Amino acid sequence: MTPDIARQLLFGMMRIRHVEEAISARYAEQAMRCPVHLCSGQEAVSTAAGLALRRSDFAVSGHRAHGHYLGKGGDLPAMLAEIYGKKTGCAGGRGGSMHLIDESVGFMGSTAIVGNTIPVGVGLGLSIKLSGGDQVSCVFLGDGAVETGVFFESLNFAAVRKLPVLFICENNLYSVYSPLHVRQPVGRRIFELAQAIGVDAAHGDGNDVETVFGLIESAIAQIREGGGPRFLEFDTYRWREHCGPNFDNDIGYRTEQEYLKNRALEPIARQRQKLLLEGLLTDEQIASVEDSIQRETEAAFHFAIESPFPDAGDAHTRIYA
Amino acid sequence: MLIQESMRESNQATSRQLSFSKAINEALQIALAADDNVICYGLGTDDPKGIFGTTLGLQERFGNDRVFDMPLSENAMTGVAIGASLNGIRPVMCHQRLDFFLLAMDQLVNNAAKWFYMFDGQRSVPITIRLILGRGWGQGPTHSQNLQAWFAHIPGLKVVMPSSPADAKGLLLASIFDPNPVVFIEHRWLHNTIGEVPEGDARVEIGPLRIAREGGDITIVSMSYMTIEALHAANYLEERGVSCEILDLRCVNPIDWPAIFASVEKTGKLLVLDTGAQTGSIAGEIVARVAMQRMSSLTAPPARLAMPDVPEPTSFGMTAGFYIRAGDVARQVLDMLQLDRADVAVRLAEPVPHDVPGSWFTGPF
Repeated sequence: MTPDIARQLLFGMMRIRHVEEAISARYAEQAMRCPVHLCSGQEAVSTAAGLALRRSDFAVSGHRAHGHYLGKGGDLPAMLAEIYGKKTGCAGGRGGSMHLIDESVGFMGSTAIVGNTIPVGVGLGLSIKLSGGDQVSCVFLGDGAVETGVFFESLNFAAVRKLPVLFICENNLYSVYSPLHVRQPVGRRIFELAQAIGVDAAHGDGNDVETVFGLIESAIAQIREGGGPRFLEFDTYRWREHCGPNFDNDIGYRTEQEYLKNRALEPIARQRQKLLLEGLLTDEQIASVEDSIQRETEAAFHFAIESPFPDAGDAHTRIYA
Repeated sequence: MLIQESMRESNQATSRQLSFSKAINEALQIALAADDNVICYGLGTDDPKGIFGTTLGLQERFGNDRVFDMPLSENAMTGVAIGASLNGIRPVMCHQRLDFFLLAMDQLVNNAAKWFYMFDGQRSVPITIRLILGRGWGQGPTHSQNLQAWFAHIPGLKVVMPSSPADAKGLLLASIFDPNPVVFIEHRWLHNTIGEVPEGDARVEIGPLRIAREGGDITIVSMSYMTIEALHAANYLEERGVSCEILDLRCVNPIDWPAIFASVEKTGKLLVLDTGAQTGSIAGEIVARVAMQRMSSLTAPPARLAMPDVPEPTSFGMTAGFYIRAGDVARQVLDMLQLDRADVAVRLAEPVPHDVPGSWFTGPF
């Protein structure tokens, strides 16, 4: 872990957190007229993966994709414009928060049906294998996606054909309001399940960004050398409600105690503390980065809000290529 | 079963007699040879029977990287096709029955059909899904479903249903090189039909229908295997002095409305034949739209003949009289023209046995 990467990991997480919290703060204005699934608390995986992957590598994701998109290098003003339904959005306003794309940085799309980009990522892996390059296709998924049939089918095929695919599972314990124990047998580990399907797998603390980065970096190196697919599971926690800008501990599907315990694991404070202690950063430097993130985000919101809507007639175009 | 087809287009290329399944095989050979990005996979692609002969020899010629068997994972493998297509590959997936492909509706409907639209036209999904329709020989409720209306209902998909060997080849080539997702539906009862097929990369445009037979008394719109029954009925009706115009749809999305309207304006009567169940069918859509937009041209109420709204039973006993055959078509036409049914029952009796494409066929299918 070089000091530069250690710092970039912190700054990347700070940036994603700031954007998510800014969306949360503005959502009540009712101008972002689409569902949003915020990833506050889960920034470590997005940031580490984005930094470990090359721009030319592919990534796909699901409905909670803001962090993955920004981590991979996606365009912040275009993402916000998309959430505002504007013509300047990364999908021209047709997709909204759940359908982000920036092919210029290899972010090939995120969709709203749980698990359904897993095989798309595997197909991108197949295309890489057919063309013979050393690209990697990264599939972001959650613990809920592990319950879909397409998860098993996709891992199986990736294993059969030894495809260059990195599966990254963020286990945040909840699928909407359904806890893990009603969905998967207690004691069975997700990464071991992947291992049993035939995909080399490992598990790590998703709140320790340097651990996350290390595991991803080494998995990518193995994949580039032709080692076939790899699967990584990271323990994370979703701070805000499944869908929307608020906290929802009061509705009774999880306890305040559980929330506070997990929130205390906080990936950003942990990395900041570490870098301060090691003398790799000062409070002033952090404040300066915070300031620049704030200015960047404000400018991006300004762009999104000021951008025009598509014409209503545009709804009837681009059905077919 | 030998069907003499009169092609609407006059092809300059040399043609010869080929079976429908051989025409499919030839289209795949040509596509794979023409473009290294074309790949072909599906259960049994390289098995000794080669999906009713349609994929025979492909793996030997193009290798296991481009032509391969696959896991029993219809949904994921459709997603794999989508992902590969996003990076320039043109996958052709083959399924031995449409029914098996129902496992893949999420990938087809939510991803393939929507990708170009929901990502603002940045990337389309040029995949081709071959689905084979079963019928007869006791294939029963889960090997005989004709659900083309489901696919046609989804904006963003193209749905192709050829009835002649030449169209099978030409439309499959066009489907593979179309930038959009195409569902290519083959009726199992057509695989052994024989017709003139042009050599080379003779593509047939997706969209325009084919006038399979010109006539002036009634417009019969049909699709896929029903065109064969319509042609048999028309031969008989001609002897009765009735001239049928048979429009072979070739595609059920898009539908060639101008050609249908033009024919109805000429004949004043419309009968639509469908291989699927009648409720929510393509036939229903055509009847509805003609009634709404060409009511003044109609001199009799429009009609449709489709499968009954029940699952297809397995028993040989229960499928007697179950399928729409030439006799049913002829009776319907005569009724619409207020002519007596005369000797239809004798001349166009349901074939014996009734559950196979021809008496030469002895199963297992």
